[in-house]
This record gives sequence, structure tokens and C-alpha cells, in this order.
Amino acid sequence: MCLSPSSQPSVEKIGSSLSKAVFRGGYMDILAFLTDGLLIGFVYGIAAMGLTLIWGVMNVINLSHGSIIALGMFALYFLFVSLGINPYIGVVLVAVLGLLLGMVIYAVAIHRVINAPHLSTLLATFAVNMIIIGLGTTAFSTSPRNVDFSLGSMSIGPVTILGTRAVAAIASVLITAALYYFLYRTTLGKYVRAVTDNRAAAELMGIPSARVLAFSFGLGTMLAAIAGGLIATFFPFTILSGTTYELKSFVIGVLGGVGNPLGALIGGLILGTFEGIIPYFLPTSWVPVLEFILFVVILLVRPTGLLGAKK
Amino acid sequence: MNRSRRVMVFLVFALLALAISVSGVAAQAQTVVIGFTASQSGRYNVESTRQINGLNLWLNQVNDAGGITLSDGTVITFSTVFYDDESNTDRVQELYTRLATDDNADFLISPYSSGLTDASSIIAEQYGKIMITTGAASDSTYMKGYSLVFQTYTPASRYLTGALDLLASLDENAQRIAIVHENDKFSTDVSTALNDYALELGYEVVLFEGYDSGATDFAPFINKIQEAAPDAVLGGGHFQDGSTFARQLYEKTVEPGFVALLVAPPEPSFSELGEAALGVVGPSQWEPLAQIDASAAEAAGVDFYGPSSAEFNDAYMEAYGEEPSYHAAGGYIAGLLLQKAIEDAGTIETQAVKEQLDAMNLLTFFGRIQFDVTPEAHGLQIGHSMMYVQWQGMADALEKQIVWPPEAVTADPIYPIGGE
Repeated sequence: MCLSPSSQPSVEKIGSSLSKAVFRGGYMDILAFLTDGLLIGFVYGIAAMGLTLIWGVMNVINLSHGSIIALGMFALYFLFVSLGINPYIGVVLVAVLGLLLGMVIYAVAIHRVINAPHLSTLLATFAVNMIIIGLGTTAFSTSPRNVDFSLGSMSIGPVTILGTRAVAAIASVLITAALYYFLYRTTLGKYVRAVTDNRAAAELMGIPSARVLAFSFGLGTMLAAIAGGLIATFFPFTILSGTTYELKSFVIGVLGGVGNPLGALIGGLILGTFEGIIPYFLPTSWVPVLEFILFVVILLVRPTGLLGAKK
Repeated sequence: MNRSRRVMVFLVFALLALAISVSGVAAQAQTVVIGFTASQSGRYNVESTRQINGLNLWLNQVNDAGGITLSDGTVITFSTVFYDDESNTDRVQELYTRLATDDNADFLISPYSSGLTDASSIIAEQYGKIMITTGAASDSTYMKGYSLVFQTYTPASRYLTGALDLLASLDENAQRIAIVHENDKFSTDVSTALNDYALELGYEVVLFEGYDSGATDFAPFINKIQEAAPDAVLGGGHFQDGSTFARQLYEKTVEPGFVALLVAPPEPSFSELGEAALGVVGPSQWEPLAQIDASAAEAAGVDFYGPSSAEFNDAYMEAYGEEPSYHAAGGYIAGLLLQKAIEDAGTIETQAVKEQLDAMNLLTFFGRIQFDVTPEAHGLQIGHSMMYVQWQGMADALEKQIVWPPEAVTADPIYPIGGE
């Protein structure tokens, strides 16, 4: 069946594409698109969680989020290639490194401007982003790297699920649950939420807000680094690869609700589903158009996000 | 000292002074400044670095040999002025303006990529500077009425068409092809020309779709390819997306009999994909395997100029410790053509050098070089042709072989992929 027997390849009309969908085979075909979308959605969710956490807790829009995701990819790559460490053990080490890196970034670049106007923190994180990309390009070039690791695949009809993507999806769910447990069941997590709600009141109650903020930033970068590590197990990458996920993380943050881990995961799944399903009906170039229409609609109708952010 | 002796001494000194001044004229040296931008950062960093390596190799060889001597005895050596364009079109326009004005470069070499070259060509033409373009295949740059911009690469309109000729030679029953390409200027130009050629040959184009630059997830396209069940998949864009696309096609067990992708397959590091690289065909502007030397020129009835393929290959390996890719060869050839035109012109005057480039028709290690001189497509490369390579062998010991055109093949093509 012709998807687009086109003599004018650059122009494809929505109407004709929709009519083509009518002629398509059964529901099994769309299932393949949906499955791929959901699997990538889990990864988007975990990538967005770090950004939305920092945004929610500290009111800082972290523009170095993408480059930290890329550093997570490189860290996993070197652990796997140079030290021969299994990628999933490597992700745990990457998480620790991500946490420490985030706390260092907070101390060096964020702490002094945390109470300044938003533009200051925006510029500070942008500067960190440019430094990481500059150093990364010098050290690694923009030559793509590839973690040559496979868990095989499983096919059910037209649906093929890669092992690495399935593991990333499961890891995303576990990390979301762990983050929830941390924020709602541990003392340090309660400190984080207290600082999020009212920093001045938290300080009056004896909570060391500066250290909590540093830890929160570290937690956010840890999640970004984990996302990078998981993505590296199935996509090649360069030091510039984080930008794509950073952009999607903003959309997901607004979609799911700022500062809400479950919101980020659900937002990621919605975005992934969009990316999976839309190409079934329309040329893939329509995906960002419809994604950003959704973004604007959410901002207009429910600016606090689907799960209702705290602010 | 008597009078006659004083006269003799004076004459000797006078002759010596004359000799020194004459030799000074004969050895008059001139340094020609070549300006360009390199993508030292941004997405074209890898290809651009190799291109500049090739250009620097040419420059060092010429200067180490004492430069080139023109017919009037002037010895020309070369120096470069360059900036990092960050793989960014806006930077290119700003920097080429600086090269043409503040730095007063005598000649320009293009940046890497069609998009950046298109932007720099406007500046070269505006400031009356000859620019040799390399790493840039789009045809459209040469359809704008420029007279000083000369292309070294086979243009995009002929970039992947040979892959269809190869497919036709392998399987006359293959009818359905899918074209999935990057949405940038170069890849879109190539794919549009490929689509036209496919329709002309009677193929059914069952899928024609573009993906954004920087795409990493090809699942939606692969699902569409599975549905469309084509005999061949063609397209791609640059290294990263092309290698990712090939890997995901393999992982999702989609195995059309024939896969041909732009840019990525000829790169040596493509073989790191292992079995996913096996059988994938890619067009290449130049390959170290191809033996191009003076004997080939004699057979073709044209002049040969510069080093042979083997000499270039050895020199590059010695200088940089890696096998040259076609991007590196493209950088070298840009300098070599400029050298040839200046030698033939006997001057560095723009008009005289341009006339020599217009008249150029020769064979180099890079292949045949001839420029279109019609006003409609001035500077477009019409002499050079693509080669098509395929990764063959075992997954852990893949070798690149030339499988098209017939006169250059080094091994029989694998077809269908997975069929052996």
C-alpha cells in the first residue's frame, strides 16, 4: 500500500493522509506506533523529572539540563567502554556522579544568585550549559558515540520491543516511585517539600535551606544524568544530544505540572504517545506542530499542568 | 692602489650589487592568503575537521616544497586565516565578510555543508573573491548567477541516483522504494532528485518523508517502512542520523533487500555498528580504494594533476594517523585546484584565475574535475562522479568495498541484505 506515492514529495496534505489512514490495516498496525511512542515516553518522563523538580523546588529554570543529560550519556559510555561495567550498574554510578556534579554546580553558579531576579539564575545555568558544551566538544568532539549493548528484542505481530527500551521504561517507573517515597516518606524529602512551599518558614523551623537547595539541585541533575545514561543504551549521542530532551522536558513540565514527579512521567507518556501515534495519520513533520499546540492549550486552559502543580 | 685597480674593485662591487638585486627580483616571494571558516564546534565538527585536515595537508606540502613558481619567477606560498563558524549560518556570513574585508583574503574555501556554503557564496560573490567549495553538494547554490564560486563535489542531483542504477542492475523485479531523508538543504535536494529519477525509471515511491536534523528515534519511520514493504530504502542525511537509522532498521528486524544512505556509510566509524552496517550502501565522493593516477588520465584522454590516490592516502595517514575520508580528500582537492589555476594563470589576479578554473578539465586523485560555465549553472561540478561503497564481510571484521560504478568495483555487491 502506498503511504505517499508522491510526485511532489515535499507537500503532503492532511486530508489525503487522513484518508490513507482509513485504508490502513487493522488495529495491530497502530499498536506498533503506540508501543514505540509509550516506550520513548517513559524516557522523556525521566528526562523531564529533573528539570521539573529543580523548577518546582527552587524556581530555577535549569538551562544546563540538556548538557547534563549529555554528560550522563558520556559517563555511561566511558564506564562501559573503558571499564567494561554493565550499563545498568553504570547507571547507578552515573546517578552518584550526577548528584555530586549538581551540588558543585549549585555551590559555584547558583547559590549566589538564588534570590536574584529570575534572569540571573537563567543566565547562570545558561553559562554552565555553554561551558559544558564547550569543554565537551573539545574533549569528545561532536563525533557520535555508541554504547554497543543489546538485550535483544521481542516481536508480537507487528510490534517489536527492544530489551533496552523496555528496561528503560521499567527503570523510569521505579525511579518515579522512589522519588515519591523520598519526597513523602523521608525526613530529607519533607525538608525539600518544606523549602519548596515556603523557604522563609522552613528556615524559621530550623531547616538548613541552603543545603536542602543544593541537595535538590543535585537530585535534579542526578535524574538528568540517569536519563542520559538510559538513553545512551539505545541511541547514539554527541555532546549536543541533550538539547532535544531539554526542549521536550519544558513541554512535559508544563503538561504534567511543575515539581510533580508523577506529572512528569505522565507528561512524558502523553508526549511519547503523540510522537508515536501522529505519524500513523500524518507526516512526521506535524509532530512538533501538534505538540506545541498542545503546549499552548495546556498553558491557556490549565496553566498549573494536568496534575496541578503547587504554584 | 693604482687607478686601474680601483676601477676593477669598483666594477666587481658594482657587479656583485647588480647580481644581488637581480636575484632579489628573481626570488620575489608572495604569500597568498586563503580564508575559510571551520566548524570547530557544533554539529559539523567531525566532517569539517577532516576537511580542514585535508586542506592543511595540501598547504603544508606546497609550502614545504618551497611554494609554486609562476612564469614571471614569483614564488607563491600560502597562509590561512580561519575562524570557527560554530556550524551556524549566521556566523558564516559575518565571518566571510570579515575574511573578505578586514583580513583581505586573496581566495576563499567554503565551510563544510551545503547550507553554510550557500550562505558564504553570497559573500564571496559580493566581494569579488574566488571561492572553491568543498563538502557542499547542493545544486541550487550554482543556479543563482554567481561567477566566482566553483564546486568540487558531485552535485546533490547526482548523489544517490547511481544507487538506483545499482539496484536496477541487481534486481529487475525491484519496484517499490522508500525514501526517508533528513530535512536539511543537502539531503532534501538529494532526495528530491532521487525521487524524480526513481519515477523516471518507473519505480513506485511508496514512502517519501523527511525527519528533523538531530532526530534520534526513527521508530515512526521504521513502522511506516514496515507497512509499505518496499524493496529498497534510500535516504538518510549526515553521519549521526544515518548511522542511527541503520542501527534501528537492523534492531527492529526490518530488512529490505537494499539500503542506501547518505554520508554515514563511507565513514570508517560506520563499521562500529557491526552487523547493522553489513550490506548498507553509501555514496562516496572519493575512496582510498580507488586507484586514480596518471595512467587513468591517459586512458581518459585528459591531463593528470597532483598526487595519485595512493600518494595522498599515504601522506594523510602519515600526517594524521588515520585513513582519510572523502571529507579530507575534499579539503585537499580544494587547495590543489586553486594551486593549478594560479599556476596556469601565472598570477593571482581574480579574473585570470577564474578563466583558468572555467577552462579546467583534468583528472586528479579525487576524480575528474570540470565546471559548468553556462550562465545558468556557473561553477557547478560536471566532471566528477560518485562511487558507491558497501560494508561486507563478517560483523567483527567488516571491509568497505566499492560496488558501483562497474569500472571501479572492488567486490560484487551483497544483495539482498541478509541473503547471504
